Amino acid sequence: MSENDTIVALATKAGNSAINIIKLSGNKSIEITDKIFKSANKKKISKLNTYNIVYGKVYDDKNEVIDEAIVSVMKGPKSYTREDVVEINCHGGIASVNKIIDIILQKGARLAEPGEFTKRAFLNGRIDLSQAEAVIEIINAKNITSLKIAANNLTGNSRKAIKNIREQIVNIISELEVKIDFIEEDLETMPIKKIIKEIQSIEKKIIELIDNEKKSEIIKEGIKIAIVGKPNVGKSSLLNIMTGKEKSIVTHIPGTTRDVVEETLNLDGVPVIFKDTAGIRTSKNIIEQLGVKKSREEIENADIIILILDNSKKISDEDRELLKITDGMKRIILLNKIDLKNKADIEKLDIDNLKRVIKISAKEKIGINKVIKEIKKIALGEDEFLYEEKVIVNKRQRVLLENALVDIENAIKTIKMNYSEEFIITDLKSANSKIAEITGEKTGEEILNKIFSKFCIGK
Amino acid sequence: MKKFDLIVVGAGHAGCEAALSAARLGLKTLLLTINLEKIALMPCNPSIGGVGKSQLIAELDALGGEMSKIADETFIQMKTLNMSKGPAVQSKRAQIDKKEYEILMKKIITYTKNLILRQGTVKKVLINDSKVSGIETEEGSSFLCQSLVITTGTFLRGRIIIGDKEYAAGRMGEYPSARLTASLNEIGIKTDRYQTATPPRVDKRTIDFSKMKEQPGENDIYFSFWKKSKNKSNISSFLTYTNKKTHEVIASNISKSPIKSGIINTHGPRHCPSIDRKVINFPEKVRHPVFVEPEGRNTNEAYLQGLTTSMPIEFQKMIVNSVAGLENARIIRPGYAVEYDYIYPNQLNLTLESKNIENLYFAGQINGTSGYEEAAVQGFVAGVNAALKLLKKPPFMLKREESYIGVLIDDLLTKELVEPYRMYTSRAEQRLLLRADNADIRLAKYGHSIGLLSHREYKKVLNKIKSIENITNLLKSKFVKPGEEAGKIFNYLGSSDIEAPVKLYDLLKRPEIKIIDIMQYFLLNENKIDSEVLKQAEINIKYEGYILKQLEENKKYSTIEGISLPSEIDYHNVSGLTFSAQEKLNYFKPETLGQASRIAGVSPADISILMINLKSRKI
Repeated sequence: MSENDTIVALATKAGNSAINIIKLSGNKSIEITDKIFKSANKKKISKLNTYNIVYGKVYDDKNEVIDEAIVSVMKGPKSYTREDVVEINCHGGIASVNKIIDIILQKGARLAEPGEFTKRAFLNGRIDLSQAEAVIEIINAKNITSLKIAANNLTGNSRKAIKNIREQIVNIISELEVKIDFIEEDLETMPIKKIIKEIQSIEKKIIELIDNEKKSEIIKEGIKIAIVGKPNVGKSSLLNIMTGKEKSIVTHIPGTTRDVVEETLNLDGVPVIFKDTAGIRTSKNIIEQLGVKKSREEIENADIIILILDNSKKISDEDRELLKITDGMKRIILLNKIDLKNKADIEKLDIDNLKRVIKISAKEKIGINKVIKEIKKIALGEDEFLYEEKVIVNKRQRVLLENALVDIENAIKTIKMNYSEEFIITDLKSANSKIAEITGEKTGEEILNKIFSKFCIGK
Repeated sequence: MKKFDLIVVGAGHAGCEAALSAARLGLKTLLLTINLEKIALMPCNPSIGGVGKSQLIAELDALGGEMSKIADETFIQMKTLNMSKGPAVQSKRAQIDKKEYEILMKKIITYTKNLILRQGTVKKVLINDSKVSGIETEEGSSFLCQSLVITTGTFLRGRIIIGDKEYAAGRMGEYPSARLTASLNEIGIKTDRYQTATPPRVDKRTIDFSKMKEQPGENDIYFSFWKKSKNKSNISSFLTYTNKKTHEVIASNISKSPIKSGIINTHGPRHCPSIDRKVINFPEKVRHPVFVEPEGRNTNEAYLQGLTTSMPIEFQKMIVNSVAGLENARIIRPGYAVEYDYIYPNQLNLTLESKNIENLYFAGQINGTSGYEEAAVQGFVAGVNAALKLLKKPPFMLKREESYIGVLIDDLLTKELVEPYRMYTSRAEQRLLLRADNADIRLAKYGHSIGLLSHREYKKVLNKIKSIENITNLLKSKFVKPGEEAGKIFNYLGSSDIEAPVKLYDLLKRPEIKIIDIMQYFLLNENKIDSEVLKQAEINIKYEGYILKQLEENKKYSTIEGISLPSEIDYHNVSGLTFSAQEKLNYFKPETLGQASRIAGVSPADISILMINLKSRKI
C-alpha cells in the first residue's frame, strides 16, 4: 500500500450521461496524461499552468483517436487531494471511457479504491477533520461489502476458476519451495517439465478469464446491432416485433426513418442495442442525406449487422451495395416479406452461404425466433458461451488478472533462462498475491501448510 | 543484596548471546544457569546452519554476535546446501563438535569483562510497579537488577516422555525449572505448552558404515565475515534409509507411541516429526532417510537424524536395528520427547521486551521458536535492547525487508503460530535481497552503531562497498568491440558473438558468462580484486531485474511501516473497523501500521481506517 502512487477513477456516475469525467491523482498523473493525450495547440500538459484547461484528443497505443476530450490540470498542493490532479472530460459514452481508463492503467496508474480521493484529501490535510467520519464511512461500507462484492461479483464458475488457479499456483510454489528449503530431505518433487506445463495451463486459464471478461463488457454495454436495408424493406417492422413496441414510425412511405432509432432489448439476459437506420440511397432531401451518412457510421460501429432483403422485389443496386459494404462483417441476412410473392432471385447473389439466409415475414411474425437465435449465436460465440456462468464482472478484477498474467509469463521466461527455483517463485508469488486480491484473501502460511500436508518432512 | 544492571536466566544459545552483547556494551551482567557444565549445549542435532538458518547466522555475525565464530572454530564438517541454485538460497551447514562448542563458549563468557556466570535456578521474578526489580532462586539467593532477559529453553516445567514413562526434566539428565512459570503467570505473562523430540544416539563402533553412503563436507568454507578460522576439519556423515521392516515395527506398535497413546497432546514442530508420525502420515513412502552424524571428536556418540522417536526404549532398539548398517547398533542415549512452557510471543515488542512489564525480555525457545540459530539471534536482540535502554539509547529493531532477523521477530508478533517456529527462506518476501553473502553490507552499519562491531571491521565493509561500486562502474564504462579476437573468446565461453560494441556490464548479464571470465579476458590490466567484491558485483548485475523488482516492493512497505500505533488503543472503540479486525488488533496490539497490515483478518480497508483515525487523532 503506497500512498502517493497514481490513482484513476471515473468521477461521474457510470451510465449514459453526456459527459464523463475521468479523474487522476498522484505523482504521475500529469506524466500519464501526456502519454495518452495530445492537445489541439500541441502544448504538453506538463507545461500547462495549474487550473488551465485544454482541448485535444485521447489516443491509444496505435496512435488512433479514442475520443475528443477537455483536460484540466490542478497541480498539487492546490488541488482537492493536494496531489497533482488531472481531469479528463470526454463524451464518447461508456465504451470509450472504459478504453481510456484501460490505457491509463497500462501507463502505470491503478484503480482508486472507493473513497480514496477523499481519503487522500483528508490525509493530506486538505479537508476538515470533521469530515473524517464521512471518509471512514465510505471505506467502511466498502469493507463490509467487499466480501459480498467478492462473492456476488464472481459467479459460480468464475469463482471456481479463480480458486482453482490459486490452488494450482500455491501447489507449484510449494513444489518449488520444497526444492529449496527442504533440499536435505529425500523428497520426490515435480519435474521441471511438469512445472512448465502447469504454469502454461495457469496462463491459459487466466487468458480465458480475461477474454470472458472482455466479452462480458460487450454484453454489459449491449451488443450493437445495426439493421440495414433499402427503404421500406421492413427494418422498423422487425425492430418493433422484437421489442414489442411501436417506437419506429412504420409506414409504407420509403425513407420514414430519418435518423437512427435505438432500442434496447434483453435477449435472454444479453442486452442488445438495435439501431434502426435510414435506408441507404442517394436522396435530395437534406434531412434524409444526413440520416444516410449516419447509417453508414452505424454500420461501421455495429457488432452485428442485420441486412434485410425484400422477397417481394427484385434485388436492387442498393441491396448489392449493402451486401458489399457489410461483407466480412458479422452479419445476418434476412429475406423479409416471404408472405408475399417471391420476386427476389437471391440465388444469383454472391453470398457465401445461401442456406444461412433466414426467411422471415415481419408482418406475419414468421421466422423471428430464428433471428433471435442467430443473434445470440453470433454475439456469444459458437461455444455456447454461457453469460451467466463464466463472466467476471468487475474491471478491478480484470486488471489484477492482467497483472498476474504478466507475472505468469515472466515465470515461464525465468524457467527458460535456466534460473533456479527462487527466481521462478518470485514471479509466481507475485501472481499469487494478485489473484488472492481478487477474492480478498491474504497469502500467508498457505505455502508452508501445503508443504507439510503434502511432503514427508523431517529428518 | 547484590545488584546487577542485567540478569540473563539460562545459558543456552539465546542466553549466551544476550549476556555477551549486554556485557560488551558495558552492562554489569549476571548469567544464571541451572547447570554450569552445560553452557550452549546442543541437545538435539549438533549442527549449525542450514537453509534459512545460515542466513540468520550470517546476520548475527554481521552485527557482532558470537555463534558464527565459535561454530567456525569447532565444526567437524561444513558444506553448502543448494549449491546449484542462486546465491540467495545457498546455505552453509556445519556439523559441530558438541563438547568443543560448549567449552569454547564457556571460555569466552568466563573471560568477558562485566559478565559473571553463576549456577542458580530462578523461581521468582521480582516486580516493582510493573517494572522488573530482581529475581529469587530456588537455592535461596536474591539478586536485584534493572533488566531481566529470560531464555529458559525447554526448562519451564519440562517433562520428558519415553513411551509410557514420564518425569520432570529440563533436558535428559537435567533438573527442570519448576516454579518460574507460576511467577510469570502471576505478573500477567500468558503461557502454553509445546513439545519437541530428539532421536536416540548410538555407539559409533557398533555401526556398519559400509552399508551406508558417505556424505563428505567441503573445504575452506566458514560462517564468519571477520575472522578466518584455521579449522580444516572434514569428518564425513553417512546416509542410510529406513525400510519396510522399520515401518512394520512402528505400525504394529503404534499404540505405544506417546503421540498415539495420548500422553503427548501438545503441538510439536511439523518440520521435525518423529519417525512414528512420518509412518502414520505417509504410509505410502517406502523409506525415509537417516543421516548418521558424529557428535564430536572425543566421543563415540552418533546422532541418528531422521529417527526421532519417543517410543518405549525396547521399540527404539527394534526401530534402530531394522535400518541397514545399524543392525547391531547399540543405543547409548535413548530418544525422547520433552514438553515445556512457552509464552505467547504477541506479548512482546519488536525489542523482545514485554509489552506490560518494563525491562523484562524474552528470547529463544520460550518465545515459541525452535532451533539454535533462531534462539541466538533473539538472545542478541534482547540483550542489545536491554542494554540500549539502560544506556538511554534508541532501540535496535530490524525490519523484515532488511533482514531474516526482522522477519523472524515480525512473524512472532503478527502470526498466529501453532507450532515451534523455524526459519525458512520462503518466509522472507525479499529473499533475493536478504542473502547470507551480503549480510555484512546490509547490517554491519547497525553492529557498528550499537557498538558491537569494531571500527576496523566496519571499515572493511565500507571499503568492500566502495570496491563493488568501482568495479560496477568500470564494467559500465568499458566496451568489447566485435572482431576476430573477441569472436574466439565468445566461442570459447560458449556464448554468441557480438556485432556491435557491447558494454562489459551487459555482457555479464548473459547466463553463460561469469565475472571471472570478464576479468580474465577483457580486464586483464586491472589489479587483482577481492573475490568477495567480484561476487557481489556479479550478483547485483546478473540478477538486476529481479533485485530491482524486490526493491520496488520494498518501497511499498516503507510508507506504512514507519507509522506507529499507540499501545493503549482499545480497537473495539475504533469506529469503522470490522469486528474481526478489532479482535485481531486487540490480540496482537501491533506497534506499527505495517505490522497491523500483516495480521490475518485485517484488510487494506481496515488499514485505511486506522490511518484516518491516526490522522484525526482519534486514536
